[in-house]
Amino acid sequence: MSARGQTHLWVVQRVTAMLLAIAVTVHLVTIVIAVRGGLTAAEILARTRGSEGWLAFYCVFALAAGLHGAIGLRAIAAETLGLRGRGADLAWVAIGLLTAAFGIRAAIGLYA
Amino acid sequence: MAEPASLKVSVWRGGADGALARFEVPARENQTVLDVVTHIQRELDPSLAYRFACRVGMCGSCAMTVNGRARWTCRTHVRKVVGPDGALELRPLANLPVIRDLAADLTPFFEKWRRARGRFEPREAPDGAVPEDFAVVPPASRARREADAGIECIGCGVCYASCDVVAWNPDYLGPAALNRAWTLVNDVRDGARAERLDAVAGDAGCHSCHSTQSCTERCPKGLDPSSAIAGLKRTLFWDTLFGRR
Repeated sequence: MSARGQTHLWVVQRVTAMLLAIAVTVHLVTIVIAVRGGLTAAEILARTRGSEGWLAFYCVFALAAGLHGAIGLRAIAAETLGLRGRGADLAWVAIGLLTAAFGIRAAIGLYA
Repeated sequence: MAEPASLKVSVWRGGADGALARFEVPARENQTVLDVVTHIQRELDPSLAYRFACRVGMCGSCAMTVNGRARWTCRTHVRKVVGPDGALELRPLANLPVIRDLAADLTPFFEKWRRARGRFEPREAPDGAVPEDFAVVPPASRARREADAGIECIGCGVCYASCDVVAWNPDYLGPAALNRAWTLVNDVRDGARAERLDAVAGDAGCHSCHSTQSCTERCPKGLDPSSAIAGLKRTLFWDTLFGRR
């Protein structure tokens, strides 16, 4: 990957970190509030089903988490295992997008 | 601390696969680590290879690993670093090939300065001609202050030898080269800003820095390469985000 491509990965990781700072906070606060008086599937679905706001939130959250994690793991693998090169880069981007896709699929499941 | 009568000095001998040799050196009240090395070479073993020039902290040639830590030896007092039993362990700088004994090969270090485009490239006179007029650089301007903070580097290699990222990634440009690049990015007379930012971006450049700041902690000149690298990252972040490069 070119230095320019590597810089873009770095920028993506910084931007996703900013998104995650907000998203994780919302996520934790929601958990704390939601578990008051017990946690049921019905209650969760009542909140998320048909709600475009929660769908958008979880889609952004999942995309940010997937990309952020994969880019971070790429750096760790390069420095500790010496795993570098084009094949590894493509694998990490694929892992990031796949992780995000699982999250987004779950968010759609809660929406629909 | 009571001064031991003599220092028990272990000195690296040979190349990369060498070993430590032991010497007994008289302890003096005022004595630098470079004095100890010089004593060994002049009085005990003339075959010892090491490097020094100015002896006053200007030239940057005498850096070594002293008791596990990179230091400029000409301005490191023995009593500040010696163990309680007078033990001193001297090795060549880390993260660099060993030529012999205490002399490390600094070629990769300076080669990376070149790769980071650490050379001033005058904007108004790219062909080397003398410009018509002096450039006016207000001393209080932000760019001038950023450049000022980093220009006293003597190229001793202490930061490079102390950097974990250099140890993990042999392509990493290292703190000194990136610090140099940041001084030039802030030099309003320089004409190669875009090319230099390209040269210091990515995995081999500023983006690999973990900001653990060993470079800043150990720089004998008190410079702050870590902040310089953060400056490069910041500049590249906004330039990339807004498509300015």
